[in-house]
Amino acid sequence: MNLTSDNSITWRYAKQQVFFNIVRLAALLISAALGGLLLFIIASGIQAISWDFITLPPRDSMTKGGIMPAIVGTFYLTLGAIAIALPLGVASAIYLSEYARQGTIVRIIRIGVNCLAGVPSVVFGLFGLGFFVVYLKFGSSILSGALTLGILILPTIIGASEEALKAVPQTFREASLALGVSKWGTILRIVLPNALPGILTGSILGIGRAAGETAPIMFTAAAFFTAKLPESIFDEVMALPYHVYVLATAGTHIEETRSIQYGTVLVLVALVLGIDLIAIAIRSAMRKRKKW
Amino acid sequence: MVTTANNIIFELKQVNFFYGSTQALTDISMDFEKNRVTALIGPSGCGKSTLLRLLNRMNDLIDGTRVEGEILFEGRNIYNADNDPVEIRRRIGMVFQKPNPFPKSIFNNITYGPRLTGTRNRADLELLVEQSLKQAVLWDEVKDILNKSAMTLSGGQQQRLCIARALAMKPDVLLMDEPTSALDPISTAKIEDLIEELKKNYTIIIVTHNMQQAARVSEMTGFFYLGRLIEYALTTDIFTNPQVKQTEDYITGRFG
Amino acid sequence: MAATRQRKEQAIQMLFFLFAAFSIVLLALILIFLFREGLPIFKTVTPIDFIFGKFWYPTYEPPEYGIWPLIVGSLVVTFIASAIAVPLGVLSAVYISEIAPASIKEILKSVIELIAGIPSVVLGFFGMVILAPWMQETFDLPTGLNIMNASLVLALMAVPTISSISEDALYAVPNEFKEASYALGATKYETIVKVIIPAALSGISTAVILGMARAIGETMVVLMVAGGAAAIPESLFDSVRPMPASIAAEMGEAPFRSGHYHALFATGIVLFFLTLAFNLLADYISNRFKEVGSATL
Repeated sequence: MNLTSDNSITWRYAKQQVFFNIVRLAALLISAALGGLLLFIIASGIQAISWDFITLPPRDSMTKGGIMPAIVGTFYLTLGAIAIALPLGVASAIYLSEYARQGTIVRIIRIGVNCLAGVPSVVFGLFGLGFFVVYLKFGSSILSGALTLGILILPTIIGASEEALKAVPQTFREASLALGVSKWGTILRIVLPNALPGILTGSILGIGRAAGETAPIMFTAAAFFTAKLPESIFDEVMALPYHVYVLATAGTHIEETRSIQYGTVLVLVALVLGIDLIAIAIRSAMRKRKKW
Repeated sequence: MVTTANNIIFELKQVNFFYGSTQALTDISMDFEKNRVTALIGPSGCGKSTLLRLLNRMNDLIDGTRVEGEILFEGRNIYNADNDPVEIRRRIGMVFQKPNPFPKSIFNNITYGPRLTGTRNRADLELLVEQSLKQAVLWDEVKDILNKSAMTLSGGQQQRLCIARALAMKPDVLLMDEPTSALDPISTAKIEDLIEELKKNYTIIIVTHNMQQAARVSEMTGFFYLGRLIEYALTTDIFTNPQVKQTEDYITGRFG
Repeated sequence: MAATRQRKEQAIQMLFFLFAAFSIVLLALILIFLFREGLPIFKTVTPIDFIFGKFWYPTYEPPEYGIWPLIVGSLVVTFIASAIAVPLGVLSAVYISEIAPASIKEILKSVIELIAGIPSVVLGFFGMVILAPWMQETFDLPTGLNIMNASLVLALMAVPTISSISEDALYAVPNEFKEASYALGATKYETIVKVIIPAALSGISTAVILGMARAIGETMVVLMVAGGAAAIPESLFDSVRPMPASIAAEMGEAPFRSGHYHALFATGIVLFFLTLAFNLLADYISNRFKEVGSATL
């Protein structure tokens, strides 16, 4: 055996040290990117934020005033999306986790859900335009936008709910079934309550996702500017992400409205990351409490 | 005991071991002899596997563990700061409870260790594979499928492959942690024959919960209970004339 | 009594099945409506000319509907973004799963999750107002809105997908493999590179493909940062107009059911099938190479 010196233990540890440092650098770069981004968003946005900014509509061709209609619009769209996606998603997850047996049909459904998750957001926008806006004649409206966003977050909700349902120990189900409770009764009284925190976390993450999406609502719901608040689900609305896009690219006063852009970005990020942080907090609290 | 001092390969002096605040081993002092098979027996949770994993510093990999006392391997304390666990593990091979071949070819499983320490020459490696597999009595069964995945072998074959993989490092000691507990009786018999064969060249320390196995393969037996070494003697003595009541209770099946 | 209960149970099961099958229905609906609004363009232009046509002048008279520059734009930014995001994502996953101390691990996982949560329009905005002027000045370019800028921002978007799926794959590598490696005297580095990463390779590949799918379908970033030139690029600092950007930018101006409108839907069809292919490939890899269990009896 030729025990060459290039494989001495010192050399092997040196290689390890180099590798570890490269890996640490990667982690550091990613953290720095997030840190820099957040710092920029907060530092540049904070002076635009005021009570008026949040509670007043825009004026003077959107170069002054606030962003209240966009906040309200995003709220309606998001609420509508989750109202559609949550029941559908949880029901799908119940089938996949509790009823489905391994087989071709389930396999196809799973692939379908995965593919739906992978559809680009702009394609959802096209679909919403072709189906809800044009074919079903809902027009560009809260309804069309909420339906489109609802479909967009459906795979997220299915995935999170299925995981939560599967995490409920099999022994819980067996105990209930052995007491003569029907399968549906078991799901309703034992499985769902135990899976609830997980489903909740998934739904909140879905809400965050829906609140931040732009492309799906561009053709289905979002208005460039409306001074009044929506009165029905068939009205167009302003929305925070679309407002950022419009002010930053399409306006004739791009430089003039910078401060409003920064402010809107900060509100949007605070909203979305705030929602995500709530979900993360619920999840970690749940993990600590979980006894099984 | 028929021990002479220069025959000692492992010397344990008042070893205590902790997982966090739980003490798993208390005050273990014992010697292991060269070119012998020593069996460690006792009920589950008695600390016998923990002790085995101390001998090649595998417990280092678990967070929050602590060792007290001295474990001398050829007179050097393996827990000294200047002794590297990687070097130690190269000289002290280990075979696990569940066969754990890598999801690689049979050939690459055997050459994994030697390649790390610098053996690159193809002819050297081929020779080493053949030697190791022959030592592990697996050569005839796999010599034509060396490039197939180790995962395709049966459980018993996988375990012999793991033994061959350990032997390829030319270790001084072979630690075996219940090596047959996941195997069928026929595979178990093959492994026991193999141990019989290997003890000519290697020091073997085997943990087993199968007392017949201990009686069949070992020359020395240590009985552990609740983290303590209760009795340590020649296997024939332990099984025919135990000195301690707990040992007798255990080997006659009154508890455990 | 028992019979009615049985029937009720079956009805419930059927109901849930219908809900679950709804995802398939949706996928079909998406396809149908993309086709309904997109296929009419092929009365004007052949599919081959549409896909491989080098000129995208949808508003000229006569219009030209060749989306090859858009496809090239999409592929270029996706590959460069992946070249940046794959090492970052995989290495950070290795760090989180194998090397980092517990406290840092938790922080990093949250960092990755938060990056995933940042709305794409915000990342696009960042690319526009910070990266673009910086790039323009530093490299003395006509515009900072170009392939490199878009790729950098897309890479940041793809990192969370790649990192979190790779981490799951690394975490799933059985502990026995690691123990076997350490027991043979391998260092941690050798164990990671020679045992853990190879054993997790199918999961890591899935992660990479899904990360790429994420980048290719992303709209707002390329809409705001890629520059918008519908021409085949010659350098990394040229502007491009990836497919999603073209759709999002032009749909608002395209007259309803005009050739331009249909052409944008048809671009959506191409984009849909491209990402579908990526996703099916990811699904195939993750199933085909499902971790071979350790020992069998």
